[in-house]
Amino acid sequence: MGGANTKSWDRDPILTVEHLSMHFGGITAVDDVSFAVGRKDITALIGPNGAGKTTVFNCITGFYKPTEGMLTLDAKDGPPHFLERLTDYEINADARVARTFQNIRLFPGMTVLENLMVAQHNGLSRASGFSFGAIFGLGRFGLAEKEAIDLARYWLGQVGLLPRADEAAGSLPYGDQRRLEIARAMCTRPRLLCLDEPAAGLNAKESDALNALLQAIRDKEDTAVFLIEHDMSVVMRISDHVIVLDYGKKIADGTPGEVRIDPHVIAAYLGVSDEDGAALEARP
Amino acid sequence: MAYFLQQLINGVTLGSIYGLIAIGYTMVYGIIGMINFAHGDVFMVGAFIALIAFLALTTIGITAVPLALLLVLIIAMVLTAVWGWTVERVAYRPLRESFRLAPLITAIGMSIVLQNFIQIAQGARVKPLQPIVTGGYELFHQGSFSVIVSNIQILIVATTVLVMGAFWLLINRTELGRAQRACEQDRLMAALSGVDVDRTISLTFVLGAGLAAVAGLLYLLYYGVIDFFIGFVVGIKAFTAAVFGGIGSIPGAMLGGLIIGLIETFWSAYFTIEYKDVAAFSMLAIVLIFFPTGLLGRPEVEKV
Repeated sequence: MGGANTKSWDRDPILTVEHLSMHFGGITAVDDVSFAVGRKDITALIGPNGAGKTTVFNCITGFYKPTEGMLTLDAKDGPPHFLERLTDYEINADARVARTFQNIRLFPGMTVLENLMVAQHNGLSRASGFSFGAIFGLGRFGLAEKEAIDLARYWLGQVGLLPRADEAAGSLPYGDQRRLEIARAMCTRPRLLCLDEPAAGLNAKESDALNALLQAIRDKEDTAVFLIEHDMSVVMRISDHVIVLDYGKKIADGTPGEVRIDPHVIAAYLGVSDEDGAALEARP
Repeated sequence: MAYFLQQLINGVTLGSIYGLIAIGYTMVYGIIGMINFAHGDVFMVGAFIALIAFLALTTIGITAVPLALLLVLIIAMVLTAVWGWTVERVAYRPLRESFRLAPLITAIGMSIVLQNFIQIAQGARVKPLQPIVTGGYELFHQGSFSVIVSNIQILIVATTVLVMGAFWLLINRTELGRAQRACEQDRLMAALSGVDVDRTISLTFVLGAGLAAVAGLLYLLYYGVIDFFIGFVVGIKAFTAAVFGGIGSIPGAMLGGLIIGLIETFWSAYFTIEYKDVAAFSMLAIVLIFFPTGLLGRPEVEKV
């Protein structure tokens, strides 16, 4: 699959996953998976249902502690972060990895703007002297709060939700909630943005807008995009790098063009007859 | 009419104290979904700290009432907050990922620990404090009955309004309050958005204990005697107030406190004082039949 060090994700990886395994009792959800995520790429993780994609995400974002393996986030401006050793909070606050969920998880009772303010809690908390400053109305907090609102409004503009800033997040239509979740993740100023099926349930028009948004994030922000996706048209159109999982194992890794014609991938997605399967196994 | 008004004044005073404590129950329930049964005893510890602080200040010669009150308030709030923080750190945090009943059982254990500690360290007898805030105003009189609002009652209601106002600002206007509300709605997502959930929970206990300390000080000033057992009785009343108003809802806790205080006072005034607790708890049962989530509570939505 191409020589070493010629791919963008091998030359400049933001995340390197080495020998990641995750067991639940006797079940192996992820089995010795290694790959790299490029700093300037949109990387897609695909595979049939139950392939272990979300488990990989959960290991990266600290929701699960991996059974084995190393997850290294290269911060470029500082020492690397070993994600398998950090808690979910530290993974966001220190390593600056943000994620969204397949089933949307907003703070439904808070306003759209407040959702984005929570995401900037850390910087604000420090600036306000852990709230004491805010109570006594110290100036520095006011400034930090203003900057936080500016960033929140910037992302609301990017996802087209500026007019709805003061509505309750739970009352937004589905497509808007999806975009708000991405905006909230971006407000934590992430180095790596992990999106679990961002296009699920979106119509064609919303899906196109999402693609444009993700490409804008890749091109304009200092954020690598890593997504799980089922919609092949989305994957093939916007990804720079595709990783394919099946039954917890990595079966392909490359550019969309390479992956599309990989016989293992075709077999995993379309199924194979027994003879073809045997032929596939016999290949080197 | 005059009698009614007098009882109204008394009820609001008592309800203020219940409300301050009820907020501690409701906040902790909102954020980690457990009933902190030790909270009533944290209130009792707050009252004892206030008493000791008064005696200490008198010993070193600070007797100007406003200054002494302010100092005692600060000392009691800070030290009680340390107690609240410690209880969470020692008894609840290690059990955060445990089964639901575990922290409830340690909470009952902590309650017994605090009661027994104070009983042994301070003695079992009631501790009196000479009246510090005295005097009052006669509003009017009707026949031989005069309606009096005492200075201590004014102090209690005013302090409660002030403290609750500041608290409301904290919850709704600062980033700590925002983080608390976020943790309340989705703790995991809050962590993944960079909110330090453990610290936010700790601060919730600190705030709750701080409010309980204010209540402890006011209780001490109002009744003039405290003992190691007040935490249980007053704590259960405040817990009832929190459930009454809708557990998890902060305005609900304030409202519930007020209502429980009023029911208790009016029942004692018009019926029999012996049955005042029966009346308060019966009202709770009736309210829960018609409003299962309390007066201002939201129905619990099972999170997936």
